[in-house]
Amino acid sequence: MATYYHRAVKDIKDNGFLSAVTIITIALSILIVSAFALFFTNANNVMNHWEKGIRIMAYLKPGISQKNFPDIKRKIQGIYGIQDVNFISKEEAFKRLKEQMKRQSSILMDLNENPLPDAFEISMIASSQSGEKVEEIATKIESLPSIEDVEYGQKWLERFTNIFDLFRLAGYAMGGIFFMAAVFIVANTIRLVIYTRREEIEIMRLVGASEKFIRGPFYIESIIQGTLGGIIGIAVLFITFKLISSNVEHSFKYELLNIKFLSPEFYCGIILCSMFVGWLGCYISLKQFLKA
Amino acid sequence: MIDGKDKSSIIQMFHVHKHYGSKKALIDINLNVSKNEFLFISGPSGAGKSTLLRLLYLGEPVSEGQVLVDGMNLSRISKKRIPFLRRKFGIIFQDYKLISTKTVFDNVALVLEASGKKRKFIEKKVRSVLRTVGIEQRINAPPHSLSGGEQQRVAVARAVVGVPKIILADEPTGSLDSDSADIILNLLKGFHTHGGTVIVATHDKELIRKAGGRILYLKQGRLLGPTPI
Repeated sequence: MATYYHRAVKDIKDNGFLSAVTIITIALSILIVSAFALFFTNANNVMNHWEKGIRIMAYLKPGISQKNFPDIKRKIQGIYGIQDVNFISKEEAFKRLKEQMKRQSSILMDLNENPLPDAFEISMIASSQSGEKVEEIATKIESLPSIEDVEYGQKWLERFTNIFDLFRLAGYAMGGIFFMAAVFIVANTIRLVIYTRREEIEIMRLVGASEKFIRGPFYIESIIQGTLGGIIGIAVLFITFKLISSNVEHSFKYELLNIKFLSPEFYCGIILCSMFVGWLGCYISLKQFLKA
Repeated sequence: MIDGKDKSSIIQMFHVHKHYGSKKALIDINLNVSKNEFLFISGPSGAGKSTLLRLLYLGEPVSEGQVLVDGMNLSRISKKRIPFLRRKFGIIFQDYKLISTKTVFDNVALVLEASGKKRKFIEKKVRSVLRTVGIEQRINAPPHSLSGGEQQRVAVARAVVGVPKIILADEPTGSLDSDSADIILNLLKGFHTHGGTVIVATHDKELIRKAGGRILYLKQGRLLGPTPI
């Protein structure tokens, strides 16, 4: 095994240019596929975070007497899937609006009366935070006689999810294409190496070298190239991620966009995958061009 | 019956034919080579000498007939066993067939590496064989920097380093001056003296006369038996 390894390392050095092209191609493929994976992982996290934060706002009809509020709250709480119901008076809502508008809050000074309705802010239990369930709860709340309107951010989140799913599909397709491209390049590199060393291989066979002895170093060479390509791809992605994420986190509220790098399990998986790319490229090439 | 039980024979050929399309290279060859024999196969260029040698180490398959080498029937040998067959031989080619990208040491060591020998053993054995053939001082040289005679000595070293049972030499002195040819012949004789079997395909009458041994004559693909030189 040590002999195979030394021969493989020597071959990589002897065919420096070809090896570099292979490693760079694998690194680029891994970089692009991992960048997609990183985007999806973080987008998924953000969407889960948003979904958890979804609230239904139930606005009361004007003129509903304050003494009816506990009764309405009870009815809402009786609906399955509701976790918490908070009453927000029109005065409280107006105060919050002024706080949110900050500098523009002077516009609100000109209003003769508070235009905001009394409302209930309703949060759901975890199992009821999916799109359909939120909509079902919202419809039930809306059907209560004292409720004028309900509002929730689920619809735009669903649209975003659809776009996200499209991206995910494109990501899978691109991953597949880059995987095939990398395998093709490795296979071609090994083919060229076999071609340049065809005389040597022939002599090895004549002196009684087994196929394992001849092929072993090619496999080790390809797996080394795959591993190096994978590590370089992940390293470049990590450096880029660090540079971008520090800027992004300064621009957004931390709770809103808590972006993270790929988990160790995930990038170890990617490196294993790039080793497999090397092995597969070699296997294809040897099967085609190194017939015993 | 072809059972390879003749213990004094190391190579047997029975009604062997070799043809390339309609061209017949070897016709009905019957040959028996004893252990520790020094055999010359002589004949003009194109007679089929090299083809005959190639059939022995399965460089090519026979078209018809049977070949037995040290008890192995080559018609029944699996692909996986071919390397084991070839390790019974040390082959010397007219064009040396040295790997140009490797040093003298690496070229010779290749045989031992291929048979899975340990690094320390390889180091010791290769140096010893290169000393025997008188080329130890060029151990790290690439083959193209050596003269024809030196390259052929490296080829002999590679052929004997694995301690094979048989040496096949195809025109081993074909492109060498007489001094270099003598050195190669002495190396082959040395191998023979230590119990090895040597088969030399050559049309070099001078070499045959100096070496002695059995001589078979091959003409237009037919083995004609002993011939006077």
